[in-house]
Amino acid sequence: MNNALFVNIFRFILLLAVQIIIFNNMNFLGYISPYPYILFIILYPVNGNKSGLLVASFFLGLIMDMFSNSGGIHTTACVILAYYRPYLFKFSFGLSYEYQTVKLNDEVTPERFSFILLSVLIHHFILFTLEAFKFSFILDILIRTILSTVFTIIICIIIIYLIKPNRR
Amino acid sequence: MQQIFNFIYKNSNRLLFLLLLGISLFLSIQSHSYHRSKIISSANFLSGGVYERINNVSEYLNLRTQNDALAQENAKLRSLLFNAKDTTATPKLDSIKGLKPDDIIVSKVIHNTFNTHENYITLNTGSLQGVKPDMGVINSLGIVGIIDNTSSNYSTVISILNVKSQINAKLKKSNHFGSLTWNGKSTGFVQLTDVPRLASIRKGDTIVTGGQSVIFPENINIGTIDKIEIDNQTHYYTIQVKLFNDMTNLGHVYIIKSKNREEIINLEKKEKKDE
Repeated sequence: MNNALFVNIFRFILLLAVQIIIFNNMNFLGYISPYPYILFIILYPVNGNKSGLLVASFFLGLIMDMFSNSGGIHTTACVILAYYRPYLFKFSFGLSYEYQTVKLNDEVTPERFSFILLSVLIHHFILFTLEAFKFSFILDILIRTILSTVFTIIICIIIIYLIKPNRR
Repeated sequence: MQQIFNFIYKNSNRLLFLLLLGISLFLSIQSHSYHRSKIISSANFLSGGVYERINNVSEYLNLRTQNDALAQENAKLRSLLFNAKDTTATPKLDSIKGLKPDDIIVSKVIHNTFNTHENYITLNTGSLQGVKPDMGVINSLGIVGIIDNTSSNYSTVISILNVKSQINAKLKKSNHFGSLTWNGKSTGFVQLTDVPRLASIRKGDTIVTGGQSVIFPENINIGTIDKIEIDNQTHYYTIQVKLFNDMTNLGHVYIIKSKNREEIINLEKKEKKDE
């Protein structure tokens, strides 16, 4: 338990640092940035403390907002994603997900991929909607969401493969 | 009583979620109004400090372009100096306020965004150096933005690439003015709206800041006209302005401290009170 706590704190700080130093400066086509910091929420232990995840994602988003001058848009997107994570688990892994030992940071199977895709899509859609805050930008929101989602997922999968524990 | 506690215990997760969601939504909605909260901005010591460290390293990567820009500005100033109409004439002293109405603070961009609809720039000078909200920020090529928040050592700037920004601008040759906004699309272009149809404009004309604003002095370069559209509903021109500045590559900037500003604002306030 203690070990898991330390791993999560370490991941929290490391992902935020990498996001702020490297990924915030990546501008594909001028306006598309990947947001792989939400891997913290995706990789949080399945049976871990749910209120802990909510509070942690709140602060994760708050720090991101502080660094990107964006009010509370990252915070909102992160908190919503953290709250709906169990439902996404249910959707991707079936009803009995809690009794299986679902380990996300392992090889990418279709179930895991669908879970990551849905999480990233939801997060980005909320993020860009709140950022534009106008219905006249709806096309722009959708384009940004889709392109950024693709970009984020590619980087997430690369990171997952990089930090994959070598047990076998 | 027991039941209330039970209810709270059972739904603790949902209640916590609603609380956090409420706070974050409040912060997001508030950030879309013009004046924002001071807590969640990159002008604080944590993010300002981190950005300054990062900038110390990344600054080296574009030293060459910054040097070129400085050399060009020097050349321009020298040509002004050498080509003055009458080199013996001394500038007229304004005996009450000193030589110039504007003071300038040199500052450095330590963080710059341009990929969202509401872009902000972080500078490494703050209220200790005399920076206050609503001061204008320019660089050698043209305008950059308006100061939004300040902390003791850092400040944030609403970039002209921000859908919230609105700046008074005019045509250099004819004094017809309009307001300069951004439609959130390209980083190289801004839009000048509400220019009356009477104005004779042509592609390539220069747009400069207007004298109506108390933030910027008159006649600071903004850009050239790229495309002219006529709004069918209002019958005003909407002009695409190509910026002189490359907003994606900013180095040193100048913050303009207008001495007349407070006097003008006070006067206008009085006028409104009297009505």
